[in-house]
Amino acid sequence: MSDSALPLLGGVRDVTIDHAPPRVTSKGTFLETAHSWVVTVDHKKLGIMYIVYSLLFLVVAGIEAMVIRVQLAIPHNTFVSPQVYNRVFTMHGTTMVFFVGMPILIGFANYLIPLMIGARDMAFPRLNAFSFWMSALGGVVLYYSFIGGVGLSNAGSAPDMGWFAYAPLTSKAFSRGHSTDYWTISLLISGVGSIGAAINIIATTICMRCKGMTMFRLPLLAWIYLVQAVLILVAVSPLTAAQIMLMVDRYLGGHFFDTQAGGSAYIWIHFFWIFGHPEVYVLVLPAFAFANEIIPTFSRKAIFGYPAMVAATVAIGFVSLGVWAHHMFTVGMTSVSNAFFTLSTMLVAVPTGIKIFNWVATMWGGKIRFATPMIFSVGFVFQFLLAGLTGIILSVSPVDWQLHNSYFVVAHFHYVLVGGILFMIFAAIYYWFPKMTGRMLDEKLGKIHFWVFLIGFHLTFDFMHIPGFLGMPRHIYTYEPDRGWGPLNMIVTIGAFIQSIGTLIFVYNLVHSYFKGKEAGPDPWDAWTLEWATTSPPPSYNFAVEPVVGSRRPLWDVKHPDDLDSQWE
Amino acid sequence: MGDEGGPGDYLPALNEKAAPNLRYASDRGSDSALSFPSKKLIRSLRAAAAGLSVLLLTSSAYAINSATSVFSRDATPASGSYSLQLFVYAITIGIFLVVGGLGTYAVIKFRAKPGDDKSEPVQIFGSNQIELSWTIIPILIVVVLFLTSARMIFAVQDAKQPVNSVKVTAIGHQFWWEFQYPDYGFTTANELHVPVSDPKTPTPTFLKLSSADVIHSFWVPRLAGKTDMIPARVNEMWIDPYKPGMYLGQCNQYCGTEHAKMLLRVYVQPRAEFDAWARNQQKAAADVAEARAGRDVFESQSCINCHAVKGTIANGRFGPDLTHLMSRDTIAAGAAQNTPDNLRRWIENPEVFKSGSNMPAMNLSPEQLTQVTAYLSTLK
Repeated sequence: MSDSALPLLGGVRDVTIDHAPPRVTSKGTFLETAHSWVVTVDHKKLGIMYIVYSLLFLVVAGIEAMVIRVQLAIPHNTFVSPQVYNRVFTMHGTTMVFFVGMPILIGFANYLIPLMIGARDMAFPRLNAFSFWMSALGGVVLYYSFIGGVGLSNAGSAPDMGWFAYAPLTSKAFSRGHSTDYWTISLLISGVGSIGAAINIIATTICMRCKGMTMFRLPLLAWIYLVQAVLILVAVSPLTAAQIMLMVDRYLGGHFFDTQAGGSAYIWIHFFWIFGHPEVYVLVLPAFAFANEIIPTFSRKAIFGYPAMVAATVAIGFVSLGVWAHHMFTVGMTSVSNAFFTLSTMLVAVPTGIKIFNWVATMWGGKIRFATPMIFSVGFVFQFLLAGLTGIILSVSPVDWQLHNSYFVVAHFHYVLVGGILFMIFAAIYYWFPKMTGRMLDEKLGKIHFWVFLIGFHLTFDFMHIPGFLGMPRHIYTYEPDRGWGPLNMIVTIGAFIQSIGTLIFVYNLVHSYFKGKEAGPDPWDAWTLEWATTSPPPSYNFAVEPVVGSRRPLWDVKHPDDLDSQWE
Repeated sequence: MGDEGGPGDYLPALNEKAAPNLRYASDRGSDSALSFPSKKLIRSLRAAAAGLSVLLLTSSAYAINSATSVFSRDATPASGSYSLQLFVYAITIGIFLVVGGLGTYAVIKFRAKPGDDKSEPVQIFGSNQIELSWTIIPILIVVVLFLTSARMIFAVQDAKQPVNSVKVTAIGHQFWWEFQYPDYGFTTANELHVPVSDPKTPTPTFLKLSSADVIHSFWVPRLAGKTDMIPARVNEMWIDPYKPGMYLGQCNQYCGTEHAKMLLRVYVQPRAEFDAWARNQQKAAADVAEARAGRDVFESQSCINCHAVKGTIANGRFGPDLTHLMSRDTIAAGAAQNTPDNLRRWIENPEVFKSGSNMPAMNLSPEQLTQVTAYLSTLK
């Protein structure tokens, strides 16, 4: 589509581009620019801030991962002390989940949902800004622990009890000083931000849709974020409650988790995983959401089985609330409980499988263009398939009794988080960066990034499964040379270095293309959803005239007036 | 929800859609003319698959022989888990080959060809029949997997305890293991001894697991899966080992600074050997006249606040029982070999082996160190 042939949305001519004010060329002073970002309530600016903030933390947590990998490369290594190692792996996990995964995905929701449903902003713009700043503050508080407390030596008093912080390791008796407090307070603060963002996403998706956008014409991305937001509401609240109980234990003489005074370590485990397992779906659902937009665009076909995809998403939302105790097959539950959670966990595979099948079916018969967003998505489909299958393996509790908390589990969930989610985050950045900045990311660098990262990923996480079979537990700062884990860990570490090289190429691409990238135009990928109907970057009001849509793919209808989607939906 | 058309319209009949757009059909024709995927690609894929399977086979052979492998037929719950694993792996690998194969085919076959006209391919919106089939087939697979696992869950967890089983109470500490044998009346640490079990008259060992401080987890992969040791709670597990030998394990739940050096050994012994070992453990500590000076140092310093030596005033329970210290192969929960030299270094400064250990450096004089080491060396 050329710029001049403006989309006709459901018969209403969108005059956004005609009426757009002239591009302001003077950027103002640095202070003015900074001020405009700090006080903004624009969903697009907030979305970009979420994403940039998370990318910074991605680099920080990535450096922590490298410390872990260097330490484990050879047995009896002394690169860092056990104290430092334990702080580093705790910070790596906490940061990646709460200050990379959550905010970057919420950032995309913020940026994309109003554009995709033809709205001018989120339902509650000021709550939106509040949520962002709470999330951001949480990360700052967490990292202040490095210089707070006992000072800069020994990694300060950064938390050292693992990202799931099992009681009673967090009680005053076993966690002296304030490391646990930094962890608790930072998650409480960012939890408020996540809950605010979730309320906003739900309200926006339900109330702010443009004319003609029925729930069954909603882009799948918005549908999935709706389910994800409900999961955030349901899942983050128990975590927040548990954090408050923990603070009561530590400072007000409570005994919720104090086993020496009649409290229960077991209750914390339940609380944590009632949050922790839905959290996995909170993180992975957006990856599905991106795939549902990117795969059809580059296969040049409508998504296969839209109603089935919606149903599968809702089913995943429900079932994922009933599987948490598969993290607890070894805590001594009864045989009936173990059997129940084995079954419920296996059942998640059914809707997840439907999604994978539908992606393959979408590609089937298409004309697939392998632009960078698409190759990352194809990588995602295969890797997520493998991650799901190792998940099935772990759902069988007699197998989990062996593999639980071993490196097999570490490999499994990194396959989900890196091979699945991070690959789709990369895909989403390559796909929507042109919309956000008006410039294309460099395709050649993108493909180099993909291949380098792919090789690094597989060296790291394929080989990481094997030490699990050989009995290597997670969270150990070193291991005995006679166990045969050494060579495998060396391969894993080499893979991790290759992944960091890939990430550096990506960061270079981001910075380089932001200044020097090719002009994108409103619709560089010839896509079909509403965000591509406005300029890149969109004006602050998104659409000059509220769009009216007649099908799930409004821009398909505009581009093919003789073959409207609505006749097939 | 206000969509045009009833649910039946959701699947446009392929012919209807394609018929007025003949360009689609001609596209298909040109597809088959192109010989993609090329033979070369197929060859390299085949080579890669062969390489991968060789790698897998060698690594699985390696895995089965490892001292801490989960693929073991040396004891009962472990061997059951092994067979179940093979079954589950076979199913998951099968699913991967089918779905991955379809995906690979789609990616290779349906790529946009160079010189393609810019037309869009046939738009297919879905098919209820297909969706139904790939909902039902996975459900059937889940049912099979679940029934197989449930059988194993109940067989392992609800197993009856035979009267002639050996009972052990295992208690996790930061960062070592305490083993009490209630029927024999003694306590040892870090190295569990159990009799080998004759399949005709099984003498399995039943363990009651708990913790003195934070959560730990008892895992000896070649014998059984792991069970957590949770403070203020008692869990149970059992092992029925067929093969004598030394089995390695370690704590499997992060428990603090030295979680990595909370190592564990299980000695599976022929019955007579086990009985002899147990009889020795039941005895009070040796009292050797030449070691008297060391014993005085031991009993006059704060050692006895944490350590017990049966038959003396030392009855501390915070650290391992030292009554028969020299019957153990390792010290510091497997962090070092139990030699007089290592023992001396350990008492002088525990940080040399285990920097986060709860044992303090005792600041003994070199002479006292020699005496205490000599005393401990008599505790056979």
